Amino acid sequence: MNPERYWKINLRYLGILLGVWFLVSFGASVLLVDTLDEVRVYGFKLGFWFAQQGAIYVFVAIIFVYVILMNRLDRKSAAEAP
Amino acid sequence: MNVQAWTFALVGLSFALYIGVAIWSRAGSTKEFYVAGGRVHPVLNGMATAADWMSAASFISMAGLIAFMGRDGSVYLLGWTGGYVLLALLLAPYLRKFGKFTVPDFVGDRYYSQTARFVAVLCAIFVSFTYVAGQMRGVGIVFSRFLEIDIVMGVLIGMGIVFFYAVLGGMRGITYTQVAQYCVLIFAYLVPAIFISLLMTGNVIPQVGFGGTLVDGSGAYLLDKLDGLSTDLGFAAYTSGQKSTMDVFAITAALMVGTAGLPHVIVRFYTVPRMRDARTSAGWALVFIALLYTSAPAVAAFARTNLLTTVMDRPYSEVPGWFKNWEQTGLIEFEDKNGDGRIQYVGPASELENELTIDRDIMVLANPEIANLPGWVIGLVAAGGLAAALSTAAGLLLVISTAVARDLLKKGFMPEISEKRELLTARITAGVAVLIAGYFGIDPPGFVAQVVAFAFGLAAASFFPAIILGIFTRWMNKYGAVSGMITGIVFTACYIVFFKFVRPELNSADYWLLGISPEGIGTIGMLLNFAVAITVSKFTPPPPASIRTLVDRIRTPGD
Repeated sequence: MNPERYWKINLRYLGILLGVWFLVSFGASVLLVDTLDEVRVYGFKLGFWFAQQGAIYVFVAIIFVYVILMNRLDRKSAAEAP
Repeated sequence: MNVQAWTFALVGLSFALYIGVAIWSRAGSTKEFYVAGGRVHPVLNGMATAADWMSAASFISMAGLIAFMGRDGSVYLLGWTGGYVLLALLLAPYLRKFGKFTVPDFVGDRYYSQTARFVAVLCAIFVSFTYVAGQMRGVGIVFSRFLEIDIVMGVLIGMGIVFFYAVLGGMRGITYTQVAQYCVLIFAYLVPAIFISLLMTGNVIPQVGFGGTLVDGSGAYLLDKLDGLSTDLGFAAYTSGQKSTMDVFAITAALMVGTAGLPHVIVRFYTVPRMRDARTSAGWALVFIALLYTSAPAVAAFARTNLLTTVMDRPYSEVPGWFKNWEQTGLIEFEDKNGDGRIQYVGPASELENELTIDRDIMVLANPEIANLPGWVIGLVAAGGLAAALSTAAGLLLVISTAVARDLLKKGFMPEISEKRELLTARITAGVAVLIAGYFGIDPPGFVAQVVAFAFGLAAASFFPAIILGIFTRWMNKYGAVSGMITGIVFTACYIVFFKFVRPELNSADYWLLGISPEGIGTIGMLLNFAVAITVSKFTPPPPASIRTLVDRIRTPGD
């Protein structure tokens, strides 16, 4: 795999994952928090839950998804090396 | 055994552990001193990063801040965890691939400029010093409250311990001591959290108990009860926000980007063996941090509920022992303004007058006493607070000593210095830095506490854009990077200094730029930095071909 292609795929992963990152942090926890608070789950208002719990769990998931994707990409790129 | 005996025993044991680890892992070369030889396992590095990151502020102050701020406290939770996503995705792997020892190293080489390196060194030293002073203060508070040792003596003991393992062990010693310190601090944080969750909601897991129902027979949800109590007493409902959305957005962004730009966090990712390990390691760091950060809001809600029900309209003669203990330290103050002998603790919306002031820093430290937990749990919290403060202080001291010995001397004024002399200089600098930090801890100038919170804004406005543009573009040149960094940090610093020191009476939403408080202004500083850097680079010569090769190299996988 040539370096240009490797970098393009990496940038695509970054775009998608940072989109999710923005959605749960600035989206659900800041901009839409009052709207989401109308919904109740268990003892939590949903917006409040995202701001103080949910977003953090999603952050952890985002990093490990990126780790798995990039490790796979690294292996593929090494296998295709001349 | 009484509380004090338990505290002495647990603190003593934990200190013995740190010293043992430090002797076992002494540093022999500059590479070991700066980056632990680059051979630290990613999971262990994650643990060390977590301890490095979570300071006295995270352990002692954060839950208390949230308890008093309610939903607005989310800015700290989001800001101080979300930054790790930026770090793992945008910075850590590439800086590891670049493969030198410090952030100024990267800035100086990528921008082929001693000026850029020098600006970066100054930013790193300034940020680290403001931060380390706060840690020493935390050490002093824990010692004076729990061991009833004079605050000066407490700070001196803390200095001695840090001096021993930071100066001897360098990054290698610090890394393995931080692993031990993480274990101590997380155990100390979770044990009381679990106990209190069980007592109040019957749930073993605090994160679940947070949204659970109370076991007092009412069957009400904890958060509903807390909202009700708060509004009854004239406070805002706990789960509602008071700050403007714009301000919350800006503060969260400044804390996130600042986290990703703090030199003592970034440098930890130079210690793992390979590029891919840097990604994994940042993931583990966030797992270990999230353990505490998802418990903290639960602890905050439990503590707030407990506090309100304990003091609400209670006759002063019947207050529990912890109330009197903390009153002696001056961190709780009660003044019976209407002379009825009862405590009126009320918010701004109540027609009664508030009679009670509580320092928010005591919420975590007093929590086990408020909930009547056994003496050893209280001792454990003291040991945990010390672990958090010492681990962060050590990491910061290392950044300072590296900045002076390597970035200023070896790469700046004295390039011919031998490795042995360089290592000695690094040790001496670390020693001097301990002394200065200790002085700040004993006799804190008023500005220290103010400034620590702003270190993030300054880091966000200076380092972050320069590093991102250095990795993700080939065309960013030294003129753009330097003018961007200077614009960002000068703008942010001026805004903060103006509202905090020059005209503090104007520090309110009416006068703020776009409604953004000084805490969040780093976000605007960062955007300015990007804008100036990009504009200037369009009108100045592009970087030399060797820089394009350097950027291509750090983008490709492998070692």
